[in-house]
Amino acid sequence: MKLSLGPILYYWTREKLQAFYEEIAAAPVDIVYLGETVCSRRHIMRLADWLELANMLSGAGKKVVLSTLTLIESESDLKTLRRIAENGNFAVEANDMGAVHLLEGKVPFVAGPYLNIYNPQTLGMIASLGAQRWVIPVEMSREVLQPLQQSRPAGMETEVFSYGRLPLAFSSRCFTARFHNLPKDDCPFLCLDDPDGKTMRTREGKPFLVINGIQTQSALVYNLIGEMDSLRDLGVDVLRISPQYEHTAEIAGLFRSCMDRQINPEHALQQMGRLMPEAACNGYWHGRAGLEQMVHASERSVALAER
Amino acid sequence: MQPEYKLDLVSPAGSLPALKAAVDNGADCVYIGLRDETNARNFTGLNFDATNLHSGVEYAHAKGAKVYLALNTYPTGDWDRWKNAIDLAADKGMDALILADPGLMQYAMKTHPQLHLHLSVQGSATNYEAINFYREHFGIIRAVLPRVLSFAQVEELAAGTKVELELFGFGGLCVMAEGRCALSSYVTGESPNNCGVCSPPKAVRWQKTAKGLESRLNGVLIDRYSDDENAGYPTLCKGRFEVEGETYYAMEEPTSLNTLELLPELLRVKIRGLKIEGRQRSPAYVAQVTRVWREAIDLCMKSPKSFSVKPAWTAALGKISEGQQHTLGAYHRPWK
Repeated sequence: MKLSLGPILYYWTREKLQAFYEEIAAAPVDIVYLGETVCSRRHIMRLADWLELANMLSGAGKKVVLSTLTLIESESDLKTLRRIAENGNFAVEANDMGAVHLLEGKVPFVAGPYLNIYNPQTLGMIASLGAQRWVIPVEMSREVLQPLQQSRPAGMETEVFSYGRLPLAFSSRCFTARFHNLPKDDCPFLCLDDPDGKTMRTREGKPFLVINGIQTQSALVYNLIGEMDSLRDLGVDVLRISPQYEHTAEIAGLFRSCMDRQINPEHALQQMGRLMPEAACNGYWHGRAGLEQMVHASERSVALAER
Repeated sequence: MQPEYKLDLVSPAGSLPALKAAVDNGADCVYIGLRDETNARNFTGLNFDATNLHSGVEYAHAKGAKVYLALNTYPTGDWDRWKNAIDLAADKGMDALILADPGLMQYAMKTHPQLHLHLSVQGSATNYEAINFYREHFGIIRAVLPRVLSFAQVEELAAGTKVELELFGFGGLCVMAEGRCALSSYVTGESPNNCGVCSPPKAVRWQKTAKGLESRLNGVLIDRYSDDENAGYPTLCKGRFEVEGETYYAMEEPTSLNTLELLPELLRVKIRGLKIEGRQRSPAYVAQVTRVWREAIDLCMKSPKSFSVKPAWTAALGKISEGQQHTLGAYHRPWK
C-alpha cells in the first residue's frame, strides 16, 4: 500500500506552502497531489509555481500528480485546465469530465474523487480512456467498493480518502464571502485567514460543517486509520491524507507506521487525538451516515452515542 | 433547412394526475421517474410504475407532448434495476432518458441506439468540454445545466457546444452544484447521488421545546423557530447555523428560483429547455406553474423585445413558492 498527500484544499500563503512542502519532501508519503482544486479566484500560486514545487518534490523521490479545479465554469478556467493537461511532465488528476475530455487517449491520468464513479461499468469506461488510478467518492462504503475491486480493470489502482475533513459539497457561491457580507467577485481573499476553514456550528453549539470558500467540508475528521485491515483486505492501493495546517507530516508518519505494522491502529488513533482539529468520524466506510464513528470492539462494531 | 427554434417548457410530474395537469396546461415535455432509487426524487408514494407510465406516455403523446424518464442516480449494487429501467423506457417509447451515470449511458447507447439521451443535472457538467465529452462518447443531444452558472457563463458555454441546453427556470434551488453534494449522506447516510434523496423525510424529527420548535435531521439540529416564524422543511443547506458567534442562513435562505425576467435572454441564446423543478409537488402546483410559464413563454416568443413580467404571474408563483421568496440564483452574478 502507498500513501498519498491530497491537494491542499485551503488558501495558504506562499511562505507557508514552501515550508509545508519542504517538510513533506522528507515525510513518508509516496505520492503528492498539487494544485488549486477549490476556487479559481485564488491566485497566489500560478502553474509555474506549482511546477517548481513539483520538481522539488520529484527530486525528493515523490511521485507528483497535478490536480485540476473541480468546478470549471468559465473560459479562463478552461485555459488553466488545458495548460495543466498539456504540462508534458507530470501526471494529472482529473476532477471534472471536462478534464477527462482533454486527457483521454493522450496521457494516463488519475480519475479524481469528484467524477462520480460508483459502479464497475463506469470504472471500466474511465479505464478505457486512460485512467490508471481512481479515487473513490468520499461517500462510498467498503461494501459498495468490494464489487468494483473484484472486477476492476487490469492495472487500475484504487485510492481512498482516508484522513481529513471531508470535502462534501461545491457551490458557485462563496460561503466565506457570504459570512463577511461581501460579493464573491470583490472578495479580498479572506479565506487566507482560515487556514483550516471556518467552523459552522448547529444552534446548540456542536461543530457541524466547515466553510472553505465555495467548498463545504465536514467539521469532523474522516479517519480510516482504524480500518487498516479492511483496506488491506479489499486490495486498496493508495491511502490519501488531506493536508491540514499543522501536524500533517506527523499524521502521515502514524499512517505509515500502521501500514508497515509497526504500531497498532488503536494506538495510532489515540496519538492522533492531539493532532486532529476535531473529533474523528468513519461512518461512510461502514455504509452509515458520514458523521458517525464506529468503534471496533473485537468482532462487534458499536455506533457512538449521538454526538 | 434548420428546424424552427423553440423553447420547450419541461414540467415535472410525480404521478399520473400531475402528468395530465402538466400536459393540459401547456407543457411541451413532462419528466417523470420510477418508483425506486433510480431517480433523484425517490419519495414514498411518488412516481410511476410500468402500468401508469404506459398510460402517461399514451396520454401525453395523444396531446402532442413528450415524456422524459429521469434515471439520474448513480447505480451502486443492483445494476440490473437501472438496466431494466432503461429497457422499460425503450419498450414504452419514452422520448428521452435523463441520465447521469456514464456506465448507464454506455449501456443505453449500445443496447437501444434509438433512445435519445439527455445529460442530467446530476452529471455536474458546468463547461462545454465536459458536455462535449458526453456527446462524443454517448451521443447525448441535450444537457441540463447545474444551477451554479451565471448567465454570462451559460452564454459562453452555449457557444462551445452543439448539444442543446436545458436550464432550471423555477422551483426549489440547490445552492450546491448538483452531483457534487454529499451533505445529505454525511448527516443521514442517503444522498441524491446514491439514493435519489436529499434530507430524507424519514430522518426528520420535529420537537416543541422551551426554546422553540426544533427541526432535526438524524439528530442534528437544522433550525429552531420562534412562535412568530414559519417553519420550513429541514433541507439541511437551508437551516440556520452559527459561525463565529453569528447565527444565520450560512448557506442559503429557504427560497425558490424564478427566472421569468430572464426569458428574453434565454431565447436570445437559444436555450432549448426550460425546466420546472418539483416532481414531489401536487398536480395543482404543476398546473399552476405550467400555466404561468406557458403564457410567459408564448408571449416572449411572440415579442421578446417588449416582454415584461406580469405582476399576476409573480403573484401566482409567489403563493406556491418555498419560503415565499424568489431569487435569480447564480444566473444573477451578485448571488454568488
